[in-house]
Amino acid sequence: MRKRVATPYMIWMLIFIIVPLVMVVYFAFTSSSGGFTFDNIIKVKEYTGQFLQSFKIGAISTVICLILGYPMAAIISRSREHVQRTLVMLCMIPMWMNFLLRTYSWMTLLENNGIINNILEYFHLPRLQMINTEGAIILGMVYNFLPFMIMPIYSVMAKIDYRLIEAAQDLGCNSFAVVRRVILPLSVPGVISGITMVFVPSASTFIISKLLGGGDMMIGDIIEAQIQGGANNLNLGAAISLVLMVVVLITMAIMNIFGDTESEVSLI
Amino acid sequence: MKKILSVVLCVAMVMLTLSMTSCSNNANKVTINVFNWGENISDGQDGSMDVIREFEKQTGIKVVYSTYESNEAMYNKIKAGGVSYDVIIPSDYMIGKMIKEDMLYKLDYNNIPNYSLIDDEFKKAENMPFDPTLEYCVPYTWGRVALVYNTKKITEPVDSWDILWNEKYKNQILMFDNARDAFGIAQLKLGYSLNTEDETELKNAAEELKKQRSVKPVYAMDQIMEKMPSENAYIAPYYLGDCLTMCDDNEDLAMVIPKEGTNYFVDAMCIPATSEHKAEAEAFINFMCGTEAATANIEYIAYSSPQKEAAANHKKYLIEEYGKETAELVYPTDLSNTEMFLTLSPEANQLMTDLWISVRSGS
Repeated sequence: MRKRVATPYMIWMLIFIIVPLVMVVYFAFTSSSGGFTFDNIIKVKEYTGQFLQSFKIGAISTVICLILGYPMAAIISRSREHVQRTLVMLCMIPMWMNFLLRTYSWMTLLENNGIINNILEYFHLPRLQMINTEGAIILGMVYNFLPFMIMPIYSVMAKIDYRLIEAAQDLGCNSFAVVRRVILPLSVPGVISGITMVFVPSASTFIISKLLGGGDMMIGDIIEAQIQGGANNLNLGAAISLVLMVVVLITMAIMNIFGDTESEVSLI
Repeated sequence: MKKILSVVLCVAMVMLTLSMTSCSNNANKVTINVFNWGENISDGQDGSMDVIREFEKQTGIKVVYSTYESNEAMYNKIKAGGVSYDVIIPSDYMIGKMIKEDMLYKLDYNNIPNYSLIDDEFKKAENMPFDPTLEYCVPYTWGRVALVYNTKKITEPVDSWDILWNEKYKNQILMFDNARDAFGIAQLKLGYSLNTEDETELKNAAEELKKQRSVKPVYAMDQIMEKMPSENAYIAPYYLGDCLTMCDDNEDLAMVIPKEGTNYFVDAMCIPATSEHKAEAEAFINFMCGTEAATANIEYIAYSSPQKEAAANHKKYLIEEYGKETAELVYPTDLSNTEMFLTLSPEANQLMTDLWISVRSGS
């Protein structure tokens, strides 16, 4: 019975996850004429700099999300139940709107002649160059992906048995020690899945950097340029995607090792 | 519970049969898929003619209309298969590429009597290098690449592509966000052909584009149409018809064709070889060449029309609305200082893409 219930999901996964993945691998290892080749994978080496740049921006965004998201998650999980529900709701509401629209609104705010600069000018303050900078990309990422950091941490923290904290306090922990020795270790699985959920999409994004960023392409933009640009090189695009996936998988595997030693709570 | 379920199912079945019968009513109607650039047809806004509805009304052929934002996106979609479009409107070099790859039908011009209304200049092989045998397409619009700039912010005379490299306008310059157009500007600046496949020349053009990074240009396409009128930038290269639209939105904007010359383009209607309704597609092309539809389209798009009567109407309208000077910019008599994009070899395209990526990652 259980098997039969799972069948539609299996078929779904096969068609929409496994088959596309196999196609990416197939394209990555073939030339445009269809023969087997390693050339594409070798050529990906030329984009090392852009890989590093994307990972750097992804890492900065992730760290900022963590710094902002962790206390937020803690505050939510410690509030009364109906306050909790409201706060969770407030985190989710922006996600009801398409992220593209939200990014466009950031453009309107940050533009050279945008809302913020016009307010500054009204108060006779110097105009700022905000759009077209790396800071704008990071802002866009943090804004878009912050809920993905808060939610997993919150869901883990809400489950922490309050008696453990009381026990720690009874045994003489001050509040700093409670956080460091009880809350922090118990929330690691949430942190890990939060980091994965923020880092992976921000390192591989392409539209946010295009709209808010200046001239620098991130790795996602380069994949797009290979596939949609004049070269129409699906094979090279697939090879870059494959390498990106492998690198991300390795990073996640390393993170999971850290996560597993701390707790058995499964990741999202 | 069961009762509710059965009621729901009944309703669903009735709905299904109803929708099926309504389908069978239309069974004798042919549906054609038209794939066009965004904002590239008169759609009935502001009292203009709704060209597609008018075509459906006159011929009984149903049109499914969809849009793309670049030649390459359109090409990739057709190349990937699984879709069948009946009419597409690519630009010159892309038509050349698709002809080479046997992706287009030869048109039966007997089915397109309005082809006689197309200006004879577009029926000379030397003016249509992408379709030298004149068998595959019917010109829809043409135009040139121009500079649009804010006269309040840029008071010096603008007459050269060099201004896009001027440090004075740092952070206020927009640039094409696609390799071919961006390289085109660098090639014009360096005096190269727009169709050079020479490795050194392409590399020099890339160097020039890298130098431009010091003025921190914002790379954009459609967003130029929004950023220039709202004064978020001072200067941008773009297609002349769109520059005119931008000048409409903000009277401080002006446009100019730089002295080094510029790119001249033709967008033309073609039928992909995967089309299953070639005759109906030709009827659509014929309709688009009719004076009424062509005039409505060209006034909406604001590019230049290859259709003789539509061009005359459009020119008259431009003189009335903007004056003679603008009309002559849109319909120049002398195109000697322009060059058309031709199809590049796959190797040159790959080199250009690689160089473009290196331009865009070297800060």
